[in-house]
Amino acid sequence: MNPVIASITFRAMLSRRRILLLFLLPALLLVLSVGLRVSGHADLDNATMLLTQFGLGALLPLLALLAGTGVIGPEIDDGQIMYIMTKPIARPVISTTKYVVAVVLVVAFGVVPMFVAGVIMTGLTAGLATGFAMGALVAGVAYCALFLAIAVLSRFAVTIGLIYALVWENLIARYASGAKTLSIRQWGISVTDMVTNATAVKASVGSSTAVPLLIVVTVAGVVYAGWKLRTLSITGTD
Amino acid sequence: MSVLELRDVSRWYGNVVAVNGVTMTIGPGVTGLLGPNGAGKSTLIHMMGGFLAPSSGQVTVDGQRIWKNPSVYRHIGLVPERETAYDFLTGRQFVRAMAKLHRLPNPEAAAERALGMVEMTGPADRIIGNYSKGMKQRVKMASALVHDPPVLLLDEPFNGMDPRQRLHLMDLIRKMAAEGRTVLFSSHILEEVERLAHHIEVVIAGRHAASGDFRAIRRLMTDRPHMFVVRSSDDRRLAAALIADPSTRGVELTSGGLEVEAVDFRRFSLVLPQVARQADIRLWEVAPADESLESVFSYLVAS
Repeated sequence: MNPVIASITFRAMLSRRRILLLFLLPALLLVLSVGLRVSGHADLDNATMLLTQFGLGALLPLLALLAGTGVIGPEIDDGQIMYIMTKPIARPVISTTKYVVAVVLVVAFGVVPMFVAGVIMTGLTAGLATGFAMGALVAGVAYCALFLAIAVLSRFAVTIGLIYALVWENLIARYASGAKTLSIRQWGISVTDMVTNATAVKASVGSSTAVPLLIVVTVAGVVYAGWKLRTLSITGTD
Repeated sequence: MSVLELRDVSRWYGNVVAVNGVTMTIGPGVTGLLGPNGAGKSTLIHMMGGFLAPSSGQVTVDGQRIWKNPSVYRHIGLVPERETAYDFLTGRQFVRAMAKLHRLPNPEAAAERALGMVEMTGPADRIIGNYSKGMKQRVKMASALVHDPPVLLLDEPFNGMDPRQRLHLMDLIRKMAAEGRTVLFSSHILEEVERLAHHIEVVIAGRHAASGDFRAIRRLMTDRPHMFVVRSSDDRRLAAALIADPSTRGVELTSGGLEVEAVDFRRFSLVLPQVARQADIRLWEVAPADESLESVFSYLVAS
């Protein structure tokens, strides 16, 4: 962790226009949960549906995609990263700092709003809110690592990440059960299922599979990003 | 006193060779890296800055390898060509952050010193996004100088600057060199290099074409055969008179006038009007045919 790099990265993230999305998605989740509560539909089933489909299925991967790629991708693209790379700092420190920033953003704009939405709808009943907060946390941590690694690897990280989150996790995993085993979203649901007593939450991947895979993806993503940054080539204009 | 050394350095991208077997030693003072656009200057500077691995050969500073060795950045300051530099920070915040990343004992004082060197103390509290090109270049320079490095690399520092900013930056670069630093800057403009560099390295099409004292290279450039197009009242008689003099190696009669190849530029410029007057020929036009930088470069490569 390097506090100077962290603070520059935070400022860069918060000064971009796409930051609006960081606010809009969690705001929408909170509005929907208040709506369910006020209209008297906020039972465990509906709360689970909202938090699974919108929370874990859309809000979290999109936020993690914005944060995980945004902390480093644009800087590599426009060459600004040269300013922090021309310092006597080990390159993995740079990528790991950026990873931590991405996770903090995902927690602030994804995990916390999901917990609050859960509490709005069901209070602390059956540990549903806590469960989804835990599931969102571990999934967010893994998503950020994955998207950070892709951002260091490719200039088309946002596209690749979107294809993974939308096509693989949403479409293919819905119809091909094998694909669910390799879905960060399903691993998050599995952790949620471990924590909550609510029967509405049904995990399709066992926690004995999900937890090791979460750890593997997270560690591999962060280590790969650091390793790749050590030999990152920046080519000139000629 | 630091020395940058490139030993038989090549860099290729797939089948394309960007830099081909370059060996050069860059010592204290200002060195100009001259070459036309696309010659491989940026590739060379990126390798010297540790952003690109040489495909073969070695790039070192004071004997230390640069690639995959972040500790060399204690000795190197780099000013990248691209303009973007954390546009949302103020100049002062930016330079301070760079000082902190270097873990300098007193980053605030170091930042003020660097800002003072480039005369940017005044506008230092405005955000970089609102700076002019020249101010951005200066603040980038301050960020590269903040840790007082013995080696300074500048990639096309004069691009897009107005004449006043250019003069200012030239003064600054001279000052850096006078302090004993090793300063290397790249440029495709002969005049810039001429005014600033004591030592020139010429790169053309990825090859190291010439190296040495500026005057020696200038002599190579002026001593090369010059092509002129001459139009006169009687091209044929003028051609006969010119070829009789040793300053001229070849003459060709074309519809557009005479094409003359002069081997001795000084003598030719004296002889031409004399010859014309003696033969009672009126000269209508005398124009150099190949003064472009590229033709100068291609002559240097051939020699």
